[in-house]
Amino acid sequence: MDSMRIVEHPILGPLPKTQEVTIYVDGESLQAREGETVAAALVATGRKCFRTTEKLGEPRGIFCAIGKCTDCVMTVDGMPNVRTCVTPVRDGMQIRTQEGLGEWAIQ
Amino acid sequence: MTYCDAVVIGAGPAGLSAAIRLSELGVDALVLDEKPAAGGQLFKQIHKFFGSERHMAGTRGFEIGRLFLERCRELGVSIRLNALVWGVYPDKTVGAMQNDKPLMAKAKQIIFATGAAENALSFPGWTLPGVMGAGAAQTLVNYHRVRPGRRALVVGAGNVGLIVSYQLLQAGIEVVALVEAMKNVGGYMVHAAKIRRMGVSIFPRHTVLLAEGSDCVERCVIAEIDDTFKPIEGTEKSFNVDLVCLAVGLSPAVELCAALRLEMMYVPELGGRIPVHGESLMTSMEGIYVAGDVSGVEEASSAIEEGKLAAISAAAALGKISEKQASRMADEVRESLAQLRQGPFGDLIAAKKRQIFGKYQKPCPITVSNT
Repeated sequence: MDSMRIVEHPILGPLPKTQEVTIYVDGESLQAREGETVAAALVATGRKCFRTTEKLGEPRGIFCAIGKCTDCVMTVDGMPNVRTCVTPVRDGMQIRTQEGLGEWAIQ
Repeated sequence: MTYCDAVVIGAGPAGLSAAIRLSELGVDALVLDEKPAAGGQLFKQIHKFFGSERHMAGTRGFEIGRLFLERCRELGVSIRLNALVWGVYPDKTVGAMQNDKPLMAKAKQIIFATGAAENALSFPGWTLPGVMGAGAAQTLVNYHRVRPGRRALVVGAGNVGLIVSYQLLQAGIEVVALVEAMKNVGGYMVHAAKIRRMGVSIFPRHTVLLAEGSDCVERCVIAEIDDTFKPIEGTEKSFNVDLVCLAVGLSPAVELCAALRLEMMYVPELGGRIPVHGESLMTSMEGIYVAGDVSGVEEASSAIEEGKLAAISAAAALGKISEKQASRMADEVRESLAQLRQGPFGDLIAAKKRQIFGKYQKPCPITVSNT
């Protein structure tokens, strides 16, 4: 599941233990590390595509990973265009692959 | 409304260094950063810094980050995280959203330490997932401890490209090629030698032709280029990779500066459009300073020094130190900056900085009516 996690690192040592939280990605449950970003939790599973574009439906993923470019936005808890690379996971969080500009599920 | 002596925007190396110096000089400073954690890009830099002892050479970036945060705690520096600054007004009111709630701060002095963002390189397929900034891949492997791919091709053999290639290898990612348009490696030879020893092929005078794949990158084609940077037919080489990292420079993050209508100038050698500033790092508006990559892209070590310099200028303007004390402290920092700006690249940066200082005219104090 977490095949892309770096468990051992020559400089940083072993991956510190943390609490796990459960998030839901397109309805499927996923264990994430408490405090990590949504993007990190998704990359850990090998996921690349986070959304598709409005006009051509092309796939998009992470480009800058530091909240500058907005390429990795998804619909989080009903709110579209959330920058997943700077949004920490929360237990029970609902994340959806965003199509185009997304739709608001909350008021 | 929160009132304070100084607001520092950005809690990276420049901002934290500025906040520490401000606090040491008795200035009540508030640091705002949009991220949930302070440190900017320091915590993804797991390599040892260059320079001399006074620049903390030999210390790894994330260790410098920890030292800074510890010092901020000792000094009781107020750092507000998750605080995204959306605008700065000429009367020095700073507007931010913190955890989705408005936060307004009115300061006497403001230091912009907003950093920089990675450049893209456009070629067919560059938008495919798996094509990303080299700094992005660095953030993912070193900070988040996740691999964005298994086999990588890196574009750009400056220090960022070289260091990130090495760090991808440390993270267990295979690096199949490092592509560079120039004849020679741009970064330090010691880094290039290190990754060559680890089996990475460096392709000078090559460029990316295209990246292909259905939902994400699966292949990347490169080709040799001629003296006019045009691809030479028949020299194409294809690599099966699921990660393409672009290390093609950074641009100063000047959005807030530009929205405030600070006078800007275009200096390609320093990353592009930057606010015009003087030796004190004051911009075209009285009491507004820039420090770090936003004043021209350099390294974290110079950002740290610039943070100190801006803090000294602001502390002097607030009357916390005398002009004489300020000038002595500033000279010390400038000496340190001059040491960092040595060598062929450093000389160029120093020359460009002088050019900016030359264009700078001290602003008149602004009076803003309250009506």
